Amino acid sequence: MAEPAIQATGLTRHFGDVIAVDGVDLRIPHGQIYGFLGPNGSGKTTIIRMLCGLLTPTAGEVSVLGLDIPARAETLRRQIGYMTQKFSLYDDLTVMENLQFLGRVQGLNRSGRRKRIEELLHRYNLVPMRERLAGAMSGGQRQRLALAGATLHEPTLLFLDEPTSAVDPENRRDFWEKLFDLSDAGTTILVSTHYMDEAERCHQLAILETGHLRKQGSPETLMKELEQRVVEVSGDNLRRVKERALQLPRVQSAAQLGLDLRVLLRPGPGSPVDYLQQALAGEDLSFSLARPNLEDVFVASTDARVDR
Amino acid sequence: MSTLQRIGAITGKELKQLSRDRLTFGMIIMIPLLQLLLFGYAINTVVRHVPIAVVDLSGSAAARAITEQVRVTQVVDIVASFDTPAEAEAAIVAGEIRAALVLPENLTQRAVEGEVLGQWLVDGSDTMVGSAILALRNMPLHLEAGAPAGAYRASDPSFEVALFFNPERRSEVNVVPGLTAIILTMTMILFTAIALVRERERGNLELLITTPVRSLELMVGKLVPYIFVGLVQISIVLGLGHTVFQIPFNGDMGSLAVITLAFIGASLSLGLLISTFAKTQMQAMQMTVFILMPSILLSGFMFPFEAMPKAAQYIAEILPATHFIRLIRGVFLRGADVSQLLPDTVWLLVFTAIMLAVSTRRFRKSLD
Repeated sequence: MAEPAIQATGLTRHFGDVIAVDGVDLRIPHGQIYGFLGPNGSGKTTIIRMLCGLLTPTAGEVSVLGLDIPARAETLRRQIGYMTQKFSLYDDLTVMENLQFLGRVQGLNRSGRRKRIEELLHRYNLVPMRERLAGAMSGGQRQRLALAGATLHEPTLLFLDEPTSAVDPENRRDFWEKLFDLSDAGTTILVSTHYMDEAERCHQLAILETGHLRKQGSPETLMKELEQRVVEVSGDNLRRVKERALQLPRVQSAAQLGLDLRVLLRPGPGSPVDYLQQALAGEDLSFSLARPNLEDVFVASTDARVDR
Repeated sequence: MSTLQRIGAITGKELKQLSRDRLTFGMIIMIPLLQLLLFGYAINTVVRHVPIAVVDLSGSAAARAITEQVRVTQVVDIVASFDTPAEAEAAIVAGEIRAALVLPENLTQRAVEGEVLGQWLVDGSDTMVGSAILALRNMPLHLEAGAPAGAYRASDPSFEVALFFNPERRSEVNVVPGLTAIILTMTMILFTAIALVRERERGNLELLITTPVRSLELMVGKLVPYIFVGLVQISIVLGLGHTVFQIPFNGDMGSLAVITLAFIGASLSLGLLISTFAKTQMQAMQMTVFILMPSILLSGFMFPFEAMPKAAQYIAEILPATHFIRLIRGVFLRGADVSQLLPDTVWLLVFTAIMLAVSTRRFRKSLD
């Protein structure tokens, strides 16, 4: 597609002395589910707020749906939906009242509102909760209500800031089904997360750390193109083995996963298995090369030592 | 009209939330009731039932008549009688009585000659009590002048006596209309200041500002419900003031409505301005008290405006409560028309417009 849904160059934001986002370049095509993967404090929320026009960038250019942001943020607001990290509908209003309020604020007329709200109540399984106060609902229900609220005016671009942080795995899977439905209908979705399984579902992914964009690409490509190698080590005394492995220059991280120790090795000469076998001589261990997963990509690109 | 629709959406939402917030809803009713009772009954500058003693040295009929006249004012309770002024003085020092009325031996002769009849011995340590007795001092003297002792009958109509009771009632009459200014200042500023800050604290604002709602629409939509709240409160205070405290209503309803709405607008928009400064509801409350204290002390509600030093008067002139107290006393008590009180009314309207404009400018739809 010629023009991307979101284009940002050199996006930077300071809060006093703190640099929350530092020179991020983004190019997000239409119709995709684009994920921001990063730990807390990596700048995910700040970037989303800047793309919505809620925060003014300290430096950098932003264009969303062809509109210069923040200059034309008001025009943009009619075309985007935003689901905040913290539930931001009114706890002391019912499901219906919340949706009615948003519908009126978004400028839907009475009949359009009624039709659209009914449609959303059915789609997001909220029909029995109609008269329930939002504050009295479970995390999953509130999240579905928030999604209904964010998509009420049928935005072409949807921002979801850690939408599943307060939701159990079952509801999370269900929620992603809804996102794929929206994506199939042509909505561009930008979603931030710190869950690997969610990140893996995205069409495209940006890995963020301390305000920097570390890697960008589809999860498959990122996993395939990983320069680091992953070796699974099994045997006895894995905790001691892990301590030893972490002393080695080529080992970037080592994490125990069930009965295995998953070791991430920086690129180097020779086979990674041989390297480890020699370095960890004297232990009764077996080694096998493993296929990198997204967590390996994340650890490799963020330089975070997973040593738990 | 999408602007009207959006304002209506915010107003409707605000009213629903208000109706579910029992604490705030209770405060809307209880604050005026409580204040009315406090200021109407408890904090009463009218002194009654001051314990006194009579020292009757004459033992005459005139003395008994004067004593009776003093008793029926209800300002004093005659709790003792002494044979000598010295005994009365001792009782005052001991705190048993606040004052003593000394009637000399030649009382009847003095009455005929139109001289001073007797002497009040007053405990001056409480100025309120002191001035109450001082006011009482004049009553029997004036009545006595040129009239025989036999004229002391309770049924006697007397201009001087009427003059004596009038100031007593007027102070109450002054308090209740002025009280509306204090109650509205307190609740209107507080509720609006909190209403917007609460949205920020709970995170609702982040969603609200990504919608097409404009700043001014949000401001106006938030204010409208509290206009009704203000009208309910002023109705409670003035209604009860009129029925329970017998405050006379001499003005017309139209003028009352205009000045009240102008003052509600001024207070609400001041609350909005606070909400653009305050980060938490706690801060909003503290800033409200910051406005409330001078409004109580300097507005002319507690102390006469004219009696304050110039600097205090300048500060008072800024406060909406000062202007409203002038307006409501004028309309309610003196029966004045809005057209006769234009400067204060216009001042309130201009104040509202400025506050609303500044708040809207300060409230930017961003999280910067």
